[in-house]
Amino acid sequence: MTRIASPTELERIRAEVLAGRDPERPHVAVCVGTGCLATGARAVLAAFEAAIAEQGIDATVGVRGTGCHGFCERGPIVVIEPAEICYLQVKPEDVPELVRETLVEKRVVERLLYLDPRSGERVVRESDIPFYKHQKRLIFGPNRTIDPTSLEDYLAIGGFRALARALFKRTPEQVIEEVKAAGLRGRGGAGFPTGVKWGLAREAECEPGGRSSGASGASGKVVVVNCDEGDPGAYMDRSLMEGNPFCVLEGLTIGAYAIGASEGYIYVRQEYGLAVENVGRALRRLEEVGLLGDDVLGSGLSFRVKVHRGAGAFVCGEETALLLSLEGKPGEPRTRPPYPAVRGLFGRPTNINNVETWAAVPRIVSEGAAAFAAIGTAGSKGTKIFSLVGKITNTGLVEVPMGIPLREIVFEIGGGIPGGMRFKAVQTGGPSGGCIPESQLDLRVDFDELTRAGSMMGSGGLIVMDEETCMVDVARYFIEFLTDESCGKCAPCREGLRQMHRILTRITRGEGREGDLERLLELSALAKEVSLCALGGTAPNPFLSTYRYFREEYEAHVKEKRCPALACKALVRYVIDPARCTACLICMRKCPEGAIDGGKHRIHVIVQEKCTSCGTCLEVCPARFGAVRKISGVPVPPPPSEEERVIVRKKKAAAP
Amino acid sequence: MSLLERVDAIIDRHGAEPSALIQVLLELQGELHWLPREALARVGERLVVPQSRIQRIATFYKAFSLVPKGRHEIHVCMGTACHVRGAGRVLDKVKELTGIAPGETDLELKFSLETVNCLGCCALGPVMEIDGKTHGKLGAEGAATVLESYE
Ligand SMILES: Cc1cc2nc3c(=O)[nH]c(=O)nc-3n(C[C@H](O)[C@H](O)[C@H](O)COP(=O)(O)O)c2cc1C
Ligand code: FES
Repeated sequence: MTRIASPTELERIRAEVLAGRDPERPHVAVCVGTGCLATGARAVLAAFEAAIAEQGIDATVGVRGTGCHGFCERGPIVVIEPAEICYLQVKPEDVPELVRETLVEKRVVERLLYLDPRSGERVVRESDIPFYKHQKRLIFGPNRTIDPTSLEDYLAIGGFRALARALFKRTPEQVIEEVKAAGLRGRGGAGFPTGVKWGLAREAECEPGGRSSGASGASGKVVVVNCDEGDPGAYMDRSLMEGNPFCVLEGLTIGAYAIGASEGYIYVRQEYGLAVENVGRALRRLEEVGLLGDDVLGSGLSFRVKVHRGAGAFVCGEETALLLSLEGKPGEPRTRPPYPAVRGLFGRPTNINNVETWAAVPRIVSEGAAAFAAIGTAGSKGTKIFSLVGKITNTGLVEVPMGIPLREIVFEIGGGIPGGMRFKAVQTGGPSGGCIPESQLDLRVDFDELTRAGSMMGSGGLIVMDEETCMVDVARYFIEFLTDESCGKCAPCREGLRQMHRILTRITRGEGREGDLERLLELSALAKEVSLCALGGTAPNPFLSTYRYFREEYEAHVKEKRCPALACKALVRYVIDPARCTACLICMRKCPEGAIDGGKHRIHVIVQEKCTSCGTCLEVCPARFGAVRKISGVPVPPPPSEEERVIVRKKKAAAP
Repeated sequence: MSLLERVDAIIDRHGAEPSALIQVLLELQGELHWLPREALARVGERLVVPQSRIQRIATFYKAFSLVPKGRHEIHVCMGTACHVRGAGRVLDKVKELTGIAPGETDLELKFSLETVNCLGCCALGPVMEIDGKTHGKLGAEGAATVLESYE
């Protein structure tokens, strides 16, 4: 591809790409996002290439590795187009059969299709699988149809049309108005209206003689993509960055034009190697063809982008800390104002948005604000990608319209709780969020409703918890997380969190005291009031929301030394049910402490003095026996007598 | 290539300016698996950054290590999704089998152990990454089997 120097040339090249493609031509899409790579997708892709060559059909069948499709738990995922036949958990050994049957003989291989547990039937098309059927995949959808390393693929689905329209048919002010009218709110956590933020950065003045960024000597405004994705349990930013980097870059370039920025930075979390690789490759490609760099698309816009890897600090997701980190300094948040829009990177006006926010921009410009605003609720427009994880049957990334009932996400899309367990809560909003209990399942998920329920949107992690999840432990877990991640600059956060952590740990160990809960409430109020940044200010939320909805669990721990969820190690004892134990020796052999007494034909008993509650016996006891149980808050039943422990097996020969 | 030549090559790629400090250190860490003192001295000299600031960066950010690491780097995910699915038991098993706690390296320099807050593979939790390879859907027993396969 040569330089694309005008919108006309862009359309000509697009037409060429499309002319070379037959939508009816069969092709195989193998997900090579991080989730599927971990389950062996690379070998599956190679197996397809080999098998297709072997069948001699490589001229008529295409193969491509795509970004994440979202249904990661069932990976590696393979979709065969144009019939959209979706195969799950495909192994390299399966591939020759799939090629022969589906691509040559045009037959579906039943055993690798999704099995709907409700109807007991196999589902052929990906979009008919209940997990996908209830979604609205506007931003995330293209991931499954394009190869993230191919600019041609992105052009084929209409890529850069929005940028051309913005540059040639709209003034910067009009672009900002459009984003405002769409009602787009930031997807990074706080939900600030994106158009308003852009407007502030557009109006900000560059300081004459402001500090420039070192050797490059650049001054002028800056735009930043926040792909730090610090909330554990959330990975939509990663999947977008890996699977559709061109879309994020197109959004960013439109933003640069609207704001008047000459430089962009992409800040990527350290763990996300593939995202760094894919976005770096996309950048270079766009520079080659003139969609980045000097005179973008012949419009006169000059815009350069750099990728910056994070180095492992949660607090660097916070915008002021992130900017310091970009400057090569420790990422400690500072007070705002001045906001980054006024004084950001190296003192230059800076606009920072989350990955998903940037990825929504091209669609708003190409389809118009009204189409975007037609989806969602009064205060939250468009769709949102959530990562549905934890104790849920269908784990993965889901994109839904704002305002969808939480129940629909958990039970229709997520398929409910596995193992016949009961739903307890959904944790949203990351470490600073909160838990939504069963009584609130009909809540319509958007920015304002989640806040009203005592939680928040955050970056969109939905961590499902069942009856075996202890809510006190969850609060302890998050406070520990935040204690570790506090940058230590201000005392209410640093010291207050440390004290909260000590008390919560004590409670989960069965050493809770009178007055502990009151003390936690006091410390929460203090941290909320006087912390320097939102990390400290929102840190008590996990405690407050679990206390609000699950106070009886706290009281059971403190007063009865009992963990109702049977999760807190120190409060739980393991016992073997003599009626179910068949003396199979498995737990005895596996117990790392040698704490199980038993033998052949001798019912096993856990020696409580030696037991460390590691849970190995419960894990290894075969499900058909199910002899190991946990108890809490009640005495361990006395073991059976030696006579009672002898198992007399019926002789096989005696059977009729 | 000598150590200092490697350091220089990395600095040349990123540009010898103070704002490149973190990126340079990340690449060094990636290549050497730790940050030796001589290397840091060279970085300070060429980027014109005082050693005190380099120390501060190397301790503030979790990605860096000022001591040598084992041949295999184990990262056990303790993110929320993995936590509710029993990551604690995976970690206990790994600690038991390697004899080291998070942040430590064993005496034979075989394993280093770290906990991380999310590897972005939450759908496969509990997850453990060893030398960049992800192992998912682990229990304590599964983790033991995985560890055995490392020499
Ligand atoms: C402790 C802390 C951590 C944060 N982590 C992230 C993050 O990982 N990713 C993100 O996009 N925003 C994060 N934010 C929010 C950012 O400060 C900022 O509001 C956001 O990047 C703005 O983008 P948006 O308007 O598109 O949401 C964090 C905020 C705080 C206080
Ligand atoms: S929480 Fe473990 S990979 Fe995300």
